[in-house]
Amino acid sequence: MIVEIGSFLLVLALAASAAQGALSGFGVRSRVLAGAGEGAALAAFAATAGAFLVLIHAFVVSDFSVANVAANSHTEKPLIYKIAGAWGSHEGSMLLWCFMLTAYGAAVAVFGRGLPARLKARVVSVQGLLGVAFLAYTVFASNPLARLADMPVEGRSLNPLLQDPALAAHPPFLYAGYVGFSVVFSFAVAGLIEGRIDAAWARWVRPWTLAAWSLLTVGITLGSFWAYYELGWGGWWFWDPVENASFMPWLIGTALLHSAIVTEKRGALPGWTVFLALATFTFSMLGGFLVRSGVLTSVHTFAVDPTRGVLLLTILGLTAGSGFALFAWRAPALNPGGVFAPISRESSLVLNNILLSAATATVLLGTLYPLIREALGGDTVSIGPPYFNLTFLPLMLLAFLVLPFGPLLAWKRGDGLGALQRIWAAAGVALAAGVAVYAVVSPKRALASVGVAVGFWLIVGAITEVMERTRAFRAPWREVRRRFTGLPRGAWGMTLAHMGLGVFALGASFESNWRVEAAQALSLEQGMDVGAYHLRLDRVGAVDGPNYLAERGVITVTKGGEVVCTATPERRAYYAGGQTTSEVHICPRGLDQVYIVLGERRQGAHGEHAWLVRAYFNPWVQLIFLGPLLMAIGGAISLSDRRLRIAVGRRRAAA
Amino acid sequence: MKRLLLAIAAVFCIAAASDPAERLSDPSQEARARTLFREVRCLVCQNESIDDSEAQLAGDLRKIIRQQVAAGRSDAQIRQFLVARYGEFVLLKPPFSAGNLALWAGPFAVVIVGGLLLLFLLRRRSTAEALSEDEEARLAALLQNRDE
Repeated sequence: MIVEIGSFLLVLALAASAAQGALSGFGVRSRVLAGAGEGAALAAFAATAGAFLVLIHAFVVSDFSVANVAANSHTEKPLIYKIAGAWGSHEGSMLLWCFMLTAYGAAVAVFGRGLPARLKARVVSVQGLLGVAFLAYTVFASNPLARLADMPVEGRSLNPLLQDPALAAHPPFLYAGYVGFSVVFSFAVAGLIEGRIDAAWARWVRPWTLAAWSLLTVGITLGSFWAYYELGWGGWWFWDPVENASFMPWLIGTALLHSAIVTEKRGALPGWTVFLALATFTFSMLGGFLVRSGVLTSVHTFAVDPTRGVLLLTILGLTAGSGFALFAWRAPALNPGGVFAPISRESSLVLNNILLSAATATVLLGTLYPLIREALGGDTVSIGPPYFNLTFLPLMLLAFLVLPFGPLLAWKRGDGLGALQRIWAAAGVALAAGVAVYAVVSPKRALASVGVAVGFWLIVGAITEVMERTRAFRAPWREVRRRFTGLPRGAWGMTLAHMGLGVFALGASFESNWRVEAAQALSLEQGMDVGAYHLRLDRVGAVDGPNYLAERGVITVTKGGEVVCTATPERRAYYAGGQTTSEVHICPRGLDQVYIVLGERRQGAHGEHAWLVRAYFNPWVQLIFLGPLLMAIGGAISLSDRRLRIAVGRRRAAA
Repeated sequence: MKRLLLAIAAVFCIAAASDPAERLSDPSQEARARTLFREVRCLVCQNESIDDSEAQLAGDLRKIIRQQVAAGRSDAQIRQFLVARYGEFVLLKPPFSAGNLALWAGPFAVVIVGGLLLLFLLRRRSTAEALSEDEEARLAALLQNRDE
């Protein structure tokens, strides 16, 4: 019965979204209709949330009469993974998408009080129409609450690889990010219809962009972290189509974040900013399509269905197509906005946008090129990490090199020589760090040392900018303190995000170039070395888990004779589906990690049991995950800036 | 479902190249072989190099490449051999060929086009900003008035 209520709620949500689109659409002329449209947005959200709760309930109580639950759950699964199973499948994840979409629609209705009534009505209306498209797809083509005629006794369980805390949280963050850009899309469409893309518009769009971007950053980081410790070979980024699918909206969203600043502060580049606003959600939808349709082969596509891919592609084409058609029609009429000199903050942000767009194009090409070549009748080609290392990395390197200059330049006409004078210290620190690393760390690697130098360049560059703003070491102490505490949160957010990028660059350079790998078949009491660490296999025992059986090795890790960690990596065999996974053990050592995997059982030299033990010493690997986290926190801090509150925008605009 | 199974099978193909049973005795040759492995696709896996894959075919390919490295063949020769046998699909780094022109030139074309657009923008702006002769004269007069 509950499941039927859920199905009903889903249809209700579709109807409410349609009402939202229509009422708010006409609400441009009538306050009453606009209010009704907002009510419909809240109703659509409530109904979708209800349907989602029903699905989670079905998973929690293991109602195998629901096809989706039978395919993805199991009675013996721990509760948290039963709940996470609700978004572990295609149908469930589409419902999660709809949930986010209606939630953002409702959020605009509730928090958008400061917006001009006409613009708000249009945004709510477009958001409603997006809701119609995706809810219709969910109801008619991918119903997560469909019943089975023959109810199985037991479910087929969720892929054990997905039974993991980081991955349970990964889709909600990722989708909150993806779908957050739908609001930006709606604002772009509404602004284009109104013919009003100006500083005030950019100010209203920016908080939504920041929120979506921060959430997407967290989502991607969680996914990468999961791949790092769950897939068992210590890699954290594979340039896999599914990863690229989430990375493209992030890159283009980052470009949007920066170009929206130009539009907000200087009224310049409105056309470009609105183009990026449309493009970002297009890339989000493309990401959803690529992952869910299975047109591309990937290591971790877990819920694919080619026939429904066509439907998703249609939704993508219609939505993006109408957005860009509107853009082509209206953009020529936009006021080009303020002027600026070649050396200015505007120019540096445009350069940022050029490089980020090129980077996005690279990832897009690298992801879709095999399909394009095949469609043109050419050979099938593979595009792997070597391609991205040769194209994407140089672009990013260039972007990182110019990054610290941007915040030091004034708007409109900057003092290039002055900026150079102010940043020489950062350049010196970076150079010294690079040279030191090249001299000290063995084996010697020039490119990796450049990477480390760039990391320091970004971090010290960000600190330089704060010192400039506070006139540290130049003004009296009291003045510095006053300026320091008076810095707006947006400035702190930017500093933190840029530092986070540097922290990430440090970690990535170190880990990718100086990781140490060792593998050996160890019998009991035998040991092996990985870097400066010695590993000794003490014993191997059996573990009876809730839904699996495991072999657990106990490995003592010593450094210079001192015990630093006792590792307990496992090799699990799941009852349902009969798969095996390895549960990696990670010993954190400062910024480094010793990463230990227990492999298959083998015969030792004298016929005794032995286990293939694989271990990595990953230097500075923690920074790879810490960096993006800092960036997301930076985004959140910026978001809490008073200047970004929506109502402030209206007061300014009215004044 | 078949695809799903394939995906799962692929996931369990994990970092196999470091297996001690397979290694070459000469460490420099082994290092060369490992570098090559990272550029070669495991054809039956979903999207992995043979360095990572535990699939049977990946193991066979590793053996062949190790043998060829030990026999003293160059990286280029080994790549050629693989392409002749399996097609371009086997290389994770597509070759610089006419068919791949768009792929390799694309990213840099975007940068160049973007740079040209920026130049155009700056030029148009600066001409729009420049004052006409009349305006210059008026400005001069105004400035003079202020000085007085």
